[in-house]
Amino acid sequence: MTTTARRVVVTGLGATTPLGGDVASTWEAVLAGRSGARTLQGPWTSEFDLPITFGAQAAVPAEDVLERREVKRLDPSQQFAVIAAREAWADAGTPEVDPLRLASVVATGIGGIWTLLTAYDTLREKGARRVLPLTVPMLMGNGPTSAISLEFTARAGAHTPVSACASGAEALAYGADMIRSGRADMVIAGGTEAAIHPLPIASFAAMHALSRRNEDPARASRPFDTQRDGFVLGEGAGIVVLESEEHARARGARVHAELLGAGLSADAHHVAAPEPAGAGVSRAVKDALAAADLAPGDLAHVNAHATSTPAGDVAEDRGLRLALGPAADGIAVSATKSMTGHLLGAAGAVESILTILALRERLAPPTINVDDLDPEVTLDVVRKDPRPLSGEGPLIGLNNAFGFGGHNVSLVLRSV
Amino acid sequence: MASEQEILSGLAEIVNEETGLPTDSVQADKSFTDDLDIDSLSMMTIVVNCEEKFGVRIPDEDVKNLRTVGDAVAYISQAQG
Repeated sequence: MTTTARRVVVTGLGATTPLGGDVASTWEAVLAGRSGARTLQGPWTSEFDLPITFGAQAAVPAEDVLERREVKRLDPSQQFAVIAAREAWADAGTPEVDPLRLASVVATGIGGIWTLLTAYDTLREKGARRVLPLTVPMLMGNGPTSAISLEFTARAGAHTPVSACASGAEALAYGADMIRSGRADMVIAGGTEAAIHPLPIASFAAMHALSRRNEDPARASRPFDTQRDGFVLGEGAGIVVLESEEHARARGARVHAELLGAGLSADAHHVAAPEPAGAGVSRAVKDALAAADLAPGDLAHVNAHATSTPAGDVAEDRGLRLALGPAADGIAVSATKSMTGHLLGAAGAVESILTILALRERLAPPTINVDDLDPEVTLDVVRKDPRPLSGEGPLIGLNNAFGFGGHNVSLVLRSV
Repeated sequence: MASEQEILSGLAEIVNEETGLPTDSVQADKSFTDDLDIDSLSMMTIVVNCEEKFGVRIPDEDVKNLRTVGDAVAYISQAQG
């Protein structure tokens, strides 16, 4: 077996997002250009004098889907991951697979912050005796991948790449590496996040990373628009089933797409600010294309990281332009965070799913709220309505995900 | 102060929330480990929740002696008394 020749395909998709409780409803809302951002509901929203009072909460609360026992024993980040993984696994045909050839790679940017902070409140208010024994398994960053490994008996490995908002995309890259290197035949891979809690809101607000458009949440996430003022905090999970092409073929699986290659780089510029010339972004994009043995002109579509921050969106534009050159003019660029908000460690996974759907349905999603395109943006941003993707045969797309800490991940996907 | 029957039904609710087992399966003669398949982490969660619900203290060294549901009910009843 020449392990380097193993091809990686996507045979299952699952998601729970601010736009819908599954992939189909999320995709429908994306094509309709709906925003998932709303004024936050929760007893704590008025308690702390938060400067931001809105976010993009999961459209379907996890407790409406899971059993009560699961809700009590899993942190919300684990709950979203389990919901999305069950959908992805069913979508893959609920396959029979050797547990020793099945792995779990599920990332999170923040981890079990609800569990951590709730337990600390309990400690302060009621003492050490009242802190529950499941606190550590629920708060640990590897909690979601552990929950998936347990549920699906994945024994080839359970991993958790942590690279802030690039985590979900890095999980797909890591999962593909496991298959290419022969460590697994199937990988349940993706990202999850449940950090809509007053502390992360206050912390991101302190960085001036969040939009303050409290009076109009649906218009707050506006990537590439001149009036953008920060991202909208979202929550949810995106999970895919990755599989070696021969394994998928042998069991007659329906294939959504092929994951052709990944590029990963680090800015080493600033802990939070993007490198303004886009050099790190450019290296990730170029490396992903090289890994896929493709040229910039082969791309039909890019799902940009574009979070709606003043600095980040322009740096990404420069990075893509640097990597793609004049070929960028013919590529339909979508920023779906305009609708989903920013799902942090889940973003790269959810947006990979949206990229796959765009390629399969030959339709680039709209970027809503771009009323006045920033003149510094040189890319062909799909605005207002979905745009048909032209071209014969399978289409090729790229998904970007970047994170605080200077992480850049680009994935190249092809429809079948 | 609760009667033993009230303690049993309160305990059954706690066990149900933690394990998903139906409350009517939580009977006095059932062993937490052998009959109800409750692991040590779940047992400690049940203990913490019992302490909260019944206003008693169940030290760790006593937990290992609570083999059956009936043992726990008797312990809580005595501790309340």
